[in-house]
Amino acid sequence: MNEQRTIAEIEAEIIDEFSLFDSWDDKYEYIIDLGKKLPPLDDKYKIDENRVRGCQSTVYLVAESSNGRIYYEADSDAVIVKGLISMLIRVLSGQPAEAIIDAKLDFVREIGMMTHLAQTRSNGLLAMIRQIKNYALAHKIKNETTV
Amino acid sequence: MTETQILENKLDVYAIRQQFPILSRDVKDKPLVYFDNAATSQKPRVVIDALSNYYQQYNANIHRGIHTLAEEATMAFEATRDSVQAFINASEREEIIFTRGTTEGINLVAYTWGRQNIGEGDEIIVSVMEHHSNIVPWQILCKEKKAVLKVIPVNEEGDLIVEEYQKLLSDRTKLVSIAHVSNALGTVNPVRRIIELAHDAGALVVVDGAQSAVHLDIDVQQMDCDFFAFSAHKLYGPTGTGVLYGKKRLLESMPVFLGGGEMIKEVSFEKTTYADLPYKFEAGTPNIADTIAFKAALEFTSSIGKQRIRDHEMELLSYATSRLTEIPGLKIIGQAKEKISVISFIIDKLHHQDIGILLDNQGVALRTGHHCTQPLMQRFGISGTTRASFAIYNTKDEIDIMISGVKKAIKMLS
Repeated sequence: MNEQRTIAEIEAEIIDEFSLFDSWDDKYEYIIDLGKKLPPLDDKYKIDENRVRGCQSTVYLVAESSNGRIYYEADSDAVIVKGLISMLIRVLSGQPAEAIIDAKLDFVREIGMMTHLAQTRSNGLLAMIRQIKNYALAHKIKNETTV
Repeated sequence: MTETQILENKLDVYAIRQQFPILSRDVKDKPLVYFDNAATSQKPRVVIDALSNYYQQYNANIHRGIHTLAEEATMAFEATRDSVQAFINASEREEIIFTRGTTEGINLVAYTWGRQNIGEGDEIIVSVMEHHSNIVPWQILCKEKKAVLKVIPVNEEGDLIVEEYQKLLSDRTKLVSIAHVSNALGTVNPVRRIIELAHDAGALVVVDGAQSAVHLDIDVQQMDCDFFAFSAHKLYGPTGTGVLYGKKRLLESMPVFLGGGEMIKEVSFEKTTYADLPYKFEAGTPNIADTIAFKAALEFTSSIGKQRIRDHEMELLSYATSRLTEIPGLKIIGQAKEKISVISFIIDKLHHQDIGILLDNQGVALRTGHHCTQPLMQRFGISGTTRASFAIYNTKDEIDIMISGVKKAIKMLS
C-alpha cells in the first residue's frame, strides 16, 4: 500500500494518530506497543556490517531495492527505539530513493519525540536515519551511473 | 546528645533545596527529581550569583593588569586557590593547578610527568573500574613509550581485589592511577593502602577524585597521593574548571604542559624561561569566572560540612537500596563494603535506555548506559546500567517517586 501513498501523507496520518493522546504516558504506551509488534530481524542480518552504533542502544538496519523503491527492515535491543524505528519504516520503507533522501521527517517533532533525535549520542536513531538516507543515496548514485 | 542538639545537627534539606533555583522547575509537567548528580551536581544560588557578579562588576583579565578591575579579578581568582588549598589540605598554594576539570588534570600528568619518566617496558597500573578519562591518557602514553598498562580486577561486589593489585606491582611499576570512588558503582577504594603499597614499590600515585571530592573529606597530605585531580562541577560549582593537586617537588621537576601566555617568565625567539608554580601549568587566560565562582561552591559545601552531607546521603543510599531491592527482577550492580551515594541497577529483560526514557517521562533524571566505564561493564557482562546518584538536596520522597516510576516503567515495558 505504501507505494501509492507519499511520505507526507503517512506522516500526516501518524501526527493525526498521536493527536488522540492526552498524555506522554499514552504516547509512550503506543510507541512501546509498536516496538513490541515490529517483526524481529532475522539473526543472520544481525551482523556488524548492518549495525548502526549508538552510545546506548544498538540498531540493526538492512535495505533492499526493487523498481527504484527502497525497502527497509530494522531491529533494536531497546523497545522504545524499536517503536520509533517502526514508525520510520512505516514512513520511509517502499518509497522512491529521491523522496527518502529529501524527507524532512517533521512528524518526529510534531509528535513530541524530537528529543530522541537530539545529538545526545544516546541512541542509534539519528545514526539510523542517516544510514537510511545513505542507502537511498547510494542507490540513486548507482542508478545514475549505470544509465 | 540532647534532642535539640540532634535536631540542630540534622540537615534541613528543604531549606537547602530553596538555595537551588533549578529544583523548582518541572520536567514533562512533573516536578524535577534530579538523580544524576554523579554526572554533574546542580548549583546553589551563591554560585550562580558569584558567576554573574563577576561579569557584572569586575570582569577583567587577571595577573597582568594594573587597573582596579584586573586587581579585583586577580584577587578573587587567587582566593579560590587558597580555598582549594584548605579544602584538600594541601601544604602549599603553589600545589594547586587550575585545569578545565579532572580529565585535563590526568592528561596533564600523562603528558608532562609521564612523557618525562615513562620508558620502554615500564608499567602503569589502573583498575578495571576506571572512567575512560583515567584509561585513555595512559593508553596513549603506553603506546608512545612502549610501556605496559596493567589492570587491577574487581570482585562481584565491586570491590578492588587488593591482593591482585599487590601481585601487579613490580620494580617496573612507575605509576598507579586510581579512582578514589567509582562513578558507576559508588565503590570507595582504599586509596591510603593503595598509595602505601605503590610507594613501597617506588611508584607514584595519581588519584582521580572526580567522584570523591564532593562526598569525602580530602586530605592530600594524610592520603600522601602524588597527584589528585577533581572537577568543580560535580561539587556544586561551575562547569569548565577543576584542580590538579601535585606535590611541589614533582610539579617543579615536570616539563610544561601547554605553552603560551601566563606560563612564561621571559620569551625571546632563542629561549623562553617559564614562570614559577602554579602559573607554569596555567597557560593562556584561564576560566576566570567559573574559577572565581568555584570558591562559593567550596564555601557552600564547607558551611554544611562533609560529615552532615555524608550522613544525609548515606541515609538516602540505604533507603534507595532497600526500596529498589523490593522490585522483582531488579539487581543492584556494585555492593561494595564502602560506598558513596551512587546506586546502579539492571532489570531483567529490560533495556536501561527504555527505563531512562520512561523515568524522564516521570520527571526523574537518571543516567543510563555504560557511564564511560566500558571495561567495567564488560567485567559484569552487561551493556550498561541505570544509575541514580544522590546529593545534599535530594529527599526520600524523591526516592519514592523514582521507585513508583521504575515500577510503572516495568509495567509499561513488560
